[in-house]
Amino acid sequence: MNIHEYQAKELFKEFGIPVPNGILVESKEAISSALSSSGLFTGENRPSVWAVKAQIHAGGRGKAGGVKIARKIGEIPGFVETLLGKVLVTHQTGPEGRVVQKIWIEEGSNIAKEFYLGAVVDRSQRRITLIASTEGGMEIEEVAENRPEKILHLSIDPAEGYSPYIGRRLFGFLGLPFPVQSQFVNLVRDLVDFFVRKDASLIEVNPLVLTKENTLVALDAKVAFDDNALGRHPEIRSLRDPSEENELEIEASKYNLNYVKLDGNIACMVNGAGLAMATMDVIALAGGSPANFLDVGGGASQETVEQAFRIILGDPHVKGIFVNIFGGIVRCERIAGGIIAAAKDVKVTVPLVVRLQGTNAKEGREMLKDSGLDIQVAEELFEGAEKIVLSVKGGK
Amino acid sequence: MSILVDRSTRVIVQGITGKEGTYHAMACRDYGTKVVGGVTPGKGGTTHEGFPVWNSVFDAKSAENPDVSLIFVPPAFAADAILESIAASIPLIVCITEGIPVLDMVRVRRVLDARNAEGARIRLIGPNCPGVITPDGAKIGIMPGYIHKRGRVGVVSRSGTLTYEAVWQLTQLGLGESTCVGIGGDPVRGLNFVDVLDLFEDDPETEAVVMIGEIGGEDEEKAAVFARNEMTKPVVGFIAGLTAPPGRRMGHAGAIVSGGKGTAREKMAFLERHDITVVDNPSLIGKTVADVLKNGTRRRPVNTGV
Repeated sequence: MNIHEYQAKELFKEFGIPVPNGILVESKEAISSALSSSGLFTGENRPSVWAVKAQIHAGGRGKAGGVKIARKIGEIPGFVETLLGKVLVTHQTGPEGRVVQKIWIEEGSNIAKEFYLGAVVDRSQRRITLIASTEGGMEIEEVAENRPEKILHLSIDPAEGYSPYIGRRLFGFLGLPFPVQSQFVNLVRDLVDFFVRKDASLIEVNPLVLTKENTLVALDAKVAFDDNALGRHPEIRSLRDPSEENELEIEASKYNLNYVKLDGNIACMVNGAGLAMATMDVIALAGGSPANFLDVGGGASQETVEQAFRIILGDPHVKGIFVNIFGGIVRCERIAGGIIAAAKDVKVTVPLVVRLQGTNAKEGREMLKDSGLDIQVAEELFEGAEKIVLSVKGGK
Repeated sequence: MSILVDRSTRVIVQGITGKEGTYHAMACRDYGTKVVGGVTPGKGGTTHEGFPVWNSVFDAKSAENPDVSLIFVPPAFAADAILESIAASIPLIVCITEGIPVLDMVRVRRVLDARNAEGARIRLIGPNCPGVITPDGAKIGIMPGYIHKRGRVGVVSRSGTLTYEAVWQLTQLGLGESTCVGIGGDPVRGLNFVDVLDLFEDDPETEAVVMIGEIGGEDEEKAAVFARNEMTKPVVGFIAGLTAPPGRRMGHAGAIVSGGKGTAREKMAFLERHDITVVDNPSLIGKTVADVLKNGTRRRPVNTGV
């Protein structure tokens, strides 16, 4: 699960990781009252520069025009107005972009140098790995590709935990000035503490800034959490922003369906994640384009199949459906019964190909053929994919 | 011969009184697996569907000295269940549970590695996997037994139903399987492709291996290097997720392409460069194995006799 920058910064603050002061604005009206009341804009110690940052769950906001620097208070309302409701298209949003609904305004920092600091569960090390780079503000993937010597990876042994020497090694690598050593070592400690206690899967501070006053500040914050661990963190689950997720995907999760929307027009419904991916691949191999990933799980009961049909057909691009079920523990004739009832109930109006294989597949296929519904039946995976591609292309 | 499990393997089920545990303990017994009982804390001393129940793995160990513990414990308690079996030195632990927090598995794996470094020999399969089956020997997991047929091909896979697909093809073609191992779809797990390939290489009954991978991570690449350097037997590979978009989790926590790494295309090319026969159409896995076996291509490992 991803969260917004402003939420990540609030959590950072809780864990003692230094972040700039800021406020969240969700409407034009809110900005005028904030300008007159918040210490961020009034009083002697107000900053002289502000960053106005669009809050969306995607990187690359700066390049896409989602971050503005205001040097006068008077500029802020204009920036907020431009950004609110704007569709931001970055290299991570896809061509449809994301609508900006929240703006985070924070004090500007007196930047001396930018760094990268991150933490991730490294699957090959099977440990939390810290990643530091002197090339702050750049995409870490790009740095890894072009200048790998500018990156240091350090894994934390779970039996040992974090120890200050780890922070000191990163400190030495980054070439930070000595006066900030203990600040930095504590910051890394707090970051690891946050990662472990909240079951994060990724934390990126890019950039981590050294100010001219010799302080360290997390200028940006990107945090993702392990979906499997959300059960023990209700406080994290409540940070979910449904407007950042696909409506159909949210709907699907209510029925324990695993749905990911894609760009194509042939929907698929499959039991099992690996087989679902393979089914998408086979649709592409047969010349079609998959509209989704959908794993209905082991059960594939009539109710699940019905909900799955509803979700699939909620995508207006869908021109055909390919159901691929490998009946193992669930018998194919039961699945066929579910498909027939669901197809009648939901009124599937696009071509439907069902491929059943496994336990009692023959009986299941007979039922589908005798149902009086316009269902094409397949035995083999590729045969099913070819049939649906042909139907969608109009050759039926 | 086969690998990991056979007719004589004795199994306990952790979480045997739960819905899943009950159903599959019985299904495994029906298949012919020697399920000698199960563990549910607080229900020790009772009998459940004919299975004796113990309070702890330690109690089960002193009563029956099982070879395998099969785990159906809910995700929040599964790491503890695995750790208990490790502490009791159960030689093979098969964890079916899906949805275990990854940092729990980081800890489990650290403990397991430490125990084995001290000389223990404990293997973990999974989590988030269908289990392991030696056809006509022992079914220890949730796979449908009847699609399997004892035969010549070893199967190792990160997937569930996609494995059944491949197995079904092998069975239909009459090739059959020696043992099928589902290593699971989580990023941090027990046995990996390399470990299982190593076992298949040493198993006289296995003549070829099917390896079913997915996007994400680099385990398939490590397996390819191992196959190239250490194996004589042919390996047929399939990678699911050619059409998966980057950055999205495709059902399995481990199936995610990040930072342009771990794409299906990259993995397939890497496998091919290491003399693995890559199938891009999953309908043709069985047929490809048949062709490879017919051509009788024995590979010469790079590290011969070293």
